[in-house]
Amino acid sequence: MLFQLAWKNIWRNKTRSLVVMGSVVVGLWAGAFIIAYVFGMIEQRLKDAVENEVSHLQLHHPEFDKDNEVKYFIPNGSDAFSSIQEDQRIKAASARVVVFGMVASAQNSTGGKFIGVLPASENRVTGLEEKLTQGSYFEHDSKNRVIIGERLAEKLKVKLRSKIVLTFQDTTGSITAGAFRIIGLYKTYNSTYDETNIFVRAPDLSRLLGTDLQYHEVAMLLQDPESLEAIKSELGAQFTDTTVESWKELSPELGLMIDSFDQYMIVFIIIIMLALSFGIVNTMLMAVLERVREIGMLMAVGMNRIRVFGMIFLETLLLVLLASPIGLCLAYITIQYLGSTGMDLSGLYQEGYAAYGFKSYIYPKLEDIYYLRIMIMVTITALLASIYPAFTAVRLNPVTAIRKI
Amino acid sequence: MENDTPVIVTEQLSKIYPGPVPVHAVNDVDLKVMKGEFTALVGPSGSGKTTLLNLIGGLDYPSNGKVWIRGQEISSLSKSALIEYRLNNIGFVFQAYNLIPVLTARENIEFVMLLQKKSKQERDRRVMELLKEVDLVDQQNKRPGQLSGGQQQRVAVARALASKPAFILADEPTANLDSTTAGNLLDTMVRLNHEENMTFIFSTHDQRVIDRAHRVITLVDGSIARDQIVAVPSDHH
Repeated sequence: MLFQLAWKNIWRNKTRSLVVMGSVVVGLWAGAFIIAYVFGMIEQRLKDAVENEVSHLQLHHPEFDKDNEVKYFIPNGSDAFSSIQEDQRIKAASARVVVFGMVASAQNSTGGKFIGVLPASENRVTGLEEKLTQGSYFEHDSKNRVIIGERLAEKLKVKLRSKIVLTFQDTTGSITAGAFRIIGLYKTYNSTYDETNIFVRAPDLSRLLGTDLQYHEVAMLLQDPESLEAIKSELGAQFTDTTVESWKELSPELGLMIDSFDQYMIVFIIIIMLALSFGIVNTMLMAVLERVREIGMLMAVGMNRIRVFGMIFLETLLLVLLASPIGLCLAYITIQYLGSTGMDLSGLYQEGYAAYGFKSYIYPKLEDIYYLRIMIMVTITALLASIYPAFTAVRLNPVTAIRKI
Repeated sequence: MENDTPVIVTEQLSKIYPGPVPVHAVNDVDLKVMKGEFTALVGPSGSGKTTLLNLIGGLDYPSNGKVWIRGQEISSLSKSALIEYRLNNIGFVFQAYNLIPVLTARENIEFVMLLQKKSKQERDRRVMELLKEVDLVDQQNKRPGQLSGGQQQRVAVARALASKPAFILADEPTANLDSTTAGNLLDTMVRLNHEENMTFIFSTHDQRVIDRAHRVITLVDGSIARDQIVAVPSDHH
């Protein structure tokens, strides 16, 4: 009975009901889409950061991370690297010599991270060759060749084939320097990364350091990222005099960013739900106040307060339950479509996104469970929002409400 | 219930609306209404007719005095208990019909029985019986907006009867109707009074209602100024 009455009541003012349903549809569509947009952006950032920058796991000397001193090579690094390469669970691994120092051109100078790589294995891990926009990868064995980011080239005011000087401390603490010729310029989505990371061959860097070929870092990409923690602890046990770190430990700012986005999303969802609830309260209160006489009559003829409360409660719930699936379906279609085609924001925000390490091409993505969660949240919001109008209805005095019997 | 059994008894019933100048809307009213009576409450505006009906109907609490309906004292019942009591014992007919606009005539009549949790079979039987009584079988699937004022008021009378109440309280039931329609409605109510021995109490200014009442109670300043028995209920049977 209550259901039938509530159902009929919501259609007595079609325009108003459709407006409130429309607001629920738009609110849910926008809310779900924004969440999907941010999730897509974060996931992409994470994927890119793992594949291009930090990899899934890295092996270092336990002291290396503290102040990046060049003397802290991985003990028996070559053996460790060989062993890791043979591990079937490791998709690709790259051994690196890593030095921090100054890079200078005739025009300018700046700080940089010099990464000595074994070209083939590095390319399997970071796909550096694919990111070249000019020049070529380390094709020949010529000494002192360097690949830098386009951004850094702009800053140093150099171009392909220009010479730059890398200056840093060797293992004895003495300042050493070497002139390198630029053979390639690369560009990633992350302008900060491009401005900082300079790639040379590992033997060239080792020679300047005054050591034979030893490594500071082994970066690994896993076949199955889900098994990260298990592999990490196994490697930790295998290479006891090293530190094995996951991308979360290597790039805490990435974890922080993901956590902050999670918090932003909670705030954002709360704002949407608040707006929704005020809309519902307003509509239902209007519906109650314009039916004061009728509700008074219902109470006069014997409809008890629980039923009156339930009627208003049901009306609100029906409005929201009718609108929510429409909003979520629209969101699903939009997210699926843009998730496959992507959203190109390069014309507007490319520079801004790149500064924070994001691609300007976003693929929104939302796991199915989130649709259910949103639906539950909206239902709870609707139920909470209906309390005040329902309470207003049950507080009506039938005598006052109908004025006369 | 025998016709010499009082359906409604009030004892020194008073209602005072507080304020800077308290208003004595009903003053020490002692009233006894017998089963099957067709009673008109008359009096000038502000004489306390509606307040007295509200108190008798359990819509309001008295400031002093008591109301007994079929032997049960109702003025001490809680609000929730009063709602339940109204549902099962009192039928209301309002001046402005006050039907539920989204329900059909049939559904409006059935509604009260749904609140009483009557079975579908019983509801269907009673609704059809009442629709025949008020001569609205053909209009049963129309909504109030599709019915004339007189038809709406007949639906309201049928709704009031649906719960099989002890009596029906009607506030100016003919006030919004033209004279022909009002006459037809009165005929219906008089017939129900005769055939079902239903007790009716009206507040009214309508002379046609007054002319057909068994008893006319005149209220002045919240007190009974005159209580005139015009005909005894049994005269009609």
